[in-house]
Amino acid sequence: MAPIEQLTQDFLRTKKLPHIWCPGCGNGIVTAALVRAIEKAGYDQREVVIVSGIGCSSRAAGYLNFNTLHTTHGRALAFATGLKMARPELTLFVIMGDGDCSAIGGNHFIHSARRNIDLNAIVINNHIYGMTGGQHSPLTPTGKKATTAPGGTLERAFNLLELARGAGATFGARGNAAQPRQLEKMIIQAARHKGFSVLEALSTCPIAYGRKNRLGGAVEMLKGMKDSSIAIERAKEMDEAELEGKILNGVLFSFDAPEFSSQYHQSIKKGQD
Amino acid sequence: MALKMISGNQAAAIAVQRVGVDLVTAYPITPQTAIVEALADFAANGELGGDFVSVESEYAALACCNGAAATGARVFTATGSHGLAYMHEMIHWCSGARLPIVMVNVNRTIGAPWCLDPDQGDSLSQRDTGWLQLYCANGQEVFDSVIQAFILAEKLLLPCMVVFDGFYISHTYEVVDVADEEIVRKLVGPPAFAPQVIPGQPGNLHGLSTGETQLKLVKERHQAMSGVPLLFAQINAAFNEQLGRSYNIVEAMIPPGAKRAVVAVGATAETVRWALPALDHTGLIQLRLFRPFPAAEIREVVREKGLNELLVIDRNCSVGMGGIFAQELRSALYGMKSPPLVRSLILAGGVDLTENMLLDLLQSTGPEENFALRWGDEF
Ligand SMILES: Cc1ncc(C[n+]2csc(CCOP(=O)(O)OP(=O)(O)O)c2C)c(N)n1
Ligand code: SF4
Ligand SMILES: [Mg+2]
Repeated sequence: MAPIEQLTQDFLRTKKLPHIWCPGCGNGIVTAALVRAIEKAGYDQREVVIVSGIGCSSRAAGYLNFNTLHTTHGRALAFATGLKMARPELTLFVIMGDGDCSAIGGNHFIHSARRNIDLNAIVINNHIYGMTGGQHSPLTPTGKKATTAPGGTLERAFNLLELARGAGATFGARGNAAQPRQLEKMIIQAARHKGFSVLEALSTCPIAYGRKNRLGGAVEMLKGMKDSSIAIERAKEMDEAELEGKILNGVLFSFDAPEFSSQYHQSIKKGQD
Repeated sequence: MALKMISGNQAAAIAVQRVGVDLVTAYPITPQTAIVEALADFAANGELGGDFVSVESEYAALACCNGAAATGARVFTATGSHGLAYMHEMIHWCSGARLPIVMVNVNRTIGAPWCLDPDQGDSLSQRDTGWLQLYCANGQEVFDSVIQAFILAEKLLLPCMVVFDGFYISHTYEVVDVADEEIVRKLVGPPAFAPQVIPGQPGNLHGLSTGETQLKLVKERHQAMSGVPLLFAQINAAFNEQLGRSYNIVEAMIPPGAKRAVVAVGATAETVRWALPALDHTGLIQLRLFRPFPAAEIREVVREKGLNELLVIDRNCSVGMGGIFAQELRSALYGMKSPPLVRSLILAGGVDLTENMLLDLLQSTGPEENFALRWGDEF
């Protein structure tokens, strides 16, 4: 792999640095994993497009030195669908926050999955609306506190990957900011998979989520994340009691099914022949 | 009377708590978020007296308000900018459904590109939806306007939007006289509008209608709006009695002999008010009401004071036409014997109005310099 200075120079808009993220925020870790993954997988920088919604996590698009689109709240996947249909040869990464993807953007999420369009959704899940200062999202675990749930939210959280699978996605993986090398590998796998890939990247927001829920600083949060996660391969050998409170890590599902943009263009071609 | 040092957002939230609502629902967006958070706190402490529902989008928030209000519940929501734009379909719908929903909109520019500054285009682009629109120039006006909005909305069966500038008002701390719950409840009274959904009386709401029916309904809404000035006079009397203050729909501060006035709406009106002593022979006309448009009240001020020039501060722009308040004013003045010249300063993008900018503008403004609009970046 290229040295870090080289990666920074090539793949980040260094003029935009320093970034705006708080100390201990996981967004930078996930962004760095994406940069390493793109380099390792050998994609041509000119053929990669990054689309993001809005939120702290979506600010990543501003720092990444590719063609990037910072779009409206929740709509990144709809923008990306247009891009992919117009230029199917491009590789697209769609960066979204948990709120962006599963609250206001939930509709586009399930329909992208249903079409199995070849987009790589990276959902940076810090369990909170970070950018607006800590309101609960559909991925905030029940009982956790937020400014809109001072006593802890009563609502149930989505299982994002189950939702994706149910809606038709053909690749689903979960990693976390405490294990960035794994994350990097999963991003490569997601990108190489042809179809709608969802990578849920668990991340830290010590400011708007950690503080409110007394989870400690970034170090404690990352440690907690690592301790509670368990690789899917290992989990297969464990019983229910042992798995209590654990979060599955790794590629949870991956299978082949017709991909929408290529199928569509093939059908047009057939019609023309 | 209780004086508190609070932000515009807090003033809005406390007013809602004082009024007493059955349901609050909203989706966060800067610079509105603190309103929602304060109301969530009130709810958690049992001080809201109603439900706080977190929803997945602004669209859902207004639809949820609609459902609750149809049962006769008093409801509130708040948003701004992209959130308001996203509600657009529901904004029309609530007015057509004659539901007295109160919403705060904190002005913020709509992208692309993303911008946080307080352009008024978000609320002004909802001009034709059949909502009442009140604009506030400071924290006190925010507190009082929210209370007035519930009275107006419920009496006229029309939804009401209370609008103020992001940051300049939403995040600025000022001394606000926060009236007691008891007084506010006396002013507003319990929700007394008829529910549309009544258990045991099945019916279908808002099914397919004809153009003729729509025409009749639109006419009814238009006529309902014309009741605002009279209602406002009653509200003023009650406010004077209970709180010792009241507001004019059109607030005119014209020094003796001045033939020129700056017309301003929201926070810029406050800037002009403070700058008035430094302005040469110039007055201020502050519009507190945008829908219904107070045409008669403006004409009266113009006629009575013999004004021959109005300089409108438009922190917005209808691209291809110009400042929105200036356009509305010109059409309101149409047909007057000798209407004043209407010029506009466009501060689209939410650009700040400073006293120096005003002085520069007024110095370079004589009837001989025949401009219709100037842009904020020229100063
Ligand atoms: C239509 C609309 N509503 C609300 C917002 C305000 N807003 C910006 S980001 C955000 C939530 C971000 O949360 P998440 O997606 O989890 O991203 P994070 O900041 O946590 O990375 C909200 C509500 C907006 N920009 N547009
Ligand atoms: S608020 Fe949270 S998510 Fe946003 S930059 Fe700070 S730590 Fe990161
Ligand atoms: Mg988040």
